[in-house]
Amino acid sequence: MTVVGVVGAGVMGIGVAQNLASSGYETILVDVEERILDDAKAAINRNCRLSRLMGGPALDPDEVLGRITTAVGVEALAKAEIVIENVTENWDVKREVHARLDQVLTPEAVVIVNTSAIPITRVAAVGDHPERVVGVHFMNPVPAKPVVELIPGFHTAPETVEVTRQLLSGMGKKAVDVKDASGFVSNRVLMLTVNEAAYLVHEGVATAESVDEVFRGCFGHPMGPLETADLIGVDTILYSVEVLYEHYADSKYRPCPLLKQMTDAGLHGRKTGRGFYTYDNAGQ
Amino acid sequence: MSDTTATQILSFIEARFPQARIDRTQDIFSLGFINSLFAMELVMFIEKTFGLTVPNDELNINNFRTVDAMTALVDRQRGTVGVA
Repeated sequence: MTVVGVVGAGVMGIGVAQNLASSGYETILVDVEERILDDAKAAINRNCRLSRLMGGPALDPDEVLGRITTAVGVEALAKAEIVIENVTENWDVKREVHARLDQVLTPEAVVIVNTSAIPITRVAAVGDHPERVVGVHFMNPVPAKPVVELIPGFHTAPETVEVTRQLLSGMGKKAVDVKDASGFVSNRVLMLTVNEAAYLVHEGVATAESVDEVFRGCFGHPMGPLETADLIGVDTILYSVEVLYEHYADSKYRPCPLLKQMTDAGLHGRKTGRGFYTYDNAGQ
Repeated sequence: MSDTTATQILSFIEARFPQARIDRTQDIFSLGFINSLFAMELVMFIEKTFGLTVPNDELNINNFRTVDAMTALVDRQRGTVGVA
């Protein structure tokens, strides 16, 4: 069975690792601290336990965790055939991680960039093998979302795309092909919507509850934009809007000051217990 | 004991959804603004507040639809613990 490395044990990395392991892949999950990895294993154990309750398949936590090994540092991924990188949506961090991955991995290994808004071509240019780098935008929660955006970069080889399609199929995902442009399809629209919704709260036009109620009640969305922001992470929303703003140099992407203040204050949404709403530490 | 349990669960839901006007027999997931993500929070709240671990075969959405169903779940688990 294919050995898949997962870089970053945050909300997305946890979901990707769980999805891979429950699909039968041998998975190596890495991050920068043992504590983060311990928390990740606890979260995967909890998510597997609650999977059926959340409308997913019944999962045995021990069986899923049995296919996941954890390690500090990307050096542990030397034998990985495919790596899915899920680090924070910050260019300096992404660049450093990809430079190290390029040194550690075999030239044949495929590198999947899981990003909300950073162009794949830009990430691929960090290493010496841009042909093996491809973008996949997973949705959150990863195991529950059956569709992803698949984004080849300028130099991505057809073989890289094919390997990625097969992996996604094995994970139970349908891939929608999208060209490489910051934010792709989903976040060009979603991040602007969330940002504008935050402005409504910031300006006192409506409460978070009212904004979300309009989207649920009037448009039939299952969740409003600010509930979605709490699920994704308010900090991730801010970083994504900042990436769009920087990339397009268009003032329509100017980040709402409320998002900045909430990020500084640690109000990052579900993962910190408080964002636009308050949670009972149920976490990711 | 069950009345206290029900009150605590009801207070938790109302604190999280101030706009909710619910009674003990109402299906909270039919209200339109509570989704299955909240079910996860309910499990965490119940386990922490009442000091128990809900067994996997009880992690069924029907046990979390109403305050009464959750109260019964807590009572069952306490009964099980007491007997054991």
